[in-house]
Amino acid sequence: MTSLWTYANPKKFVETTDKVLPFVSVLAIVCLVTGLVWGFFFTPDDYRQGSTVKIIYIHVPSALMAINAWLMMLVASLIWIVRRHHVSALAARAAAPVGLVMTLIALATGAIWGQPMWGTYWAWDPRLTSFLILTLFYFGYIALWSAIENDDTAADLTSILCLVGSVFALLSRYAVNFWNQGLHQGASLSLDKEENVADVFYHPLLVSIAGFVLLFLALVLLRTRTEIRARRVRVLSTRQRME
Amino acid sequence: MPDLGKYTDTVLAAYAVSLGLIVVLVIVSLMRSAKVKAQLQALEEKVRLDG
Repeated sequence: MTSLWTYANPKKFVETTDKVLPFVSVLAIVCLVTGLVWGFFFTPDDYRQGSTVKIIYIHVPSALMAINAWLMMLVASLIWIVRRHHVSALAARAAAPVGLVMTLIALATGAIWGQPMWGTYWAWDPRLTSFLILTLFYFGYIALWSAIENDDTAADLTSILCLVGSVFALLSRYAVNFWNQGLHQGASLSLDKEENVADVFYHPLLVSIAGFVLLFLALVLLRTRTEIRARRVRVLSTRQRME
Repeated sequence: MPDLGKYTDTVLAAYAVSLGLIVVLVIVSLMRSAKVKAQLQALEEKVRLDG
């Protein structure tokens, strides 16, 4: 059986993703279109939220991915710290803008939904606030990578920043449970059938979530390949300047 | 188009902002990928010719 560490070789990673990326991309488009069209056109209004319930098909998956993207960056950063594999550091770098966009979508759709439902676009609620701080961490993480010329130093410092930011990623997820206050309701998805959203909303939501997960995966693979090539460009350029 | 009632603007705005951001992210990622790939190919070709 092939070891996972085989893919830490940039050449092997690019070769493998050459085959995987088209498949993941097509699957992402199919799931996204199916989930969103199903949710938007073929589900009823909620008896309390009216048609605004249709925002759930974007808001929940994007919020889920915003947090999980950071956790993926955490794992990749830990691999970099422990094993010094460049692909893992570059994968973390590649995931950050995707995670940031997911965070912005979750914040924007939450605010747009909040105005008619809560009577305000924003409240300093524990979950919303921790999510806003997570957004700032994303900006900081991306800025730190760009600010440091040496790739290894940048990977070291951003990995530390990622570890610190993970506290807020987890807080965004569990803030509602930690502080039983604020406007934001509990999780829409639950193993407890009583707490879970109704089946009529649940199934298209699951497809939409699958679409967002696959979109994230496709974009991270694409962007990691780009980062690997960009690193090679920097190495070759430096070598040429020195000759 | 389903009847979204009094929340039409709210729902459409949420979808427009989200899909807009996703499209921009995908386009930027594809454009940078193509640009860096071309840069690397040109550089590797130069290195090969220089011996």
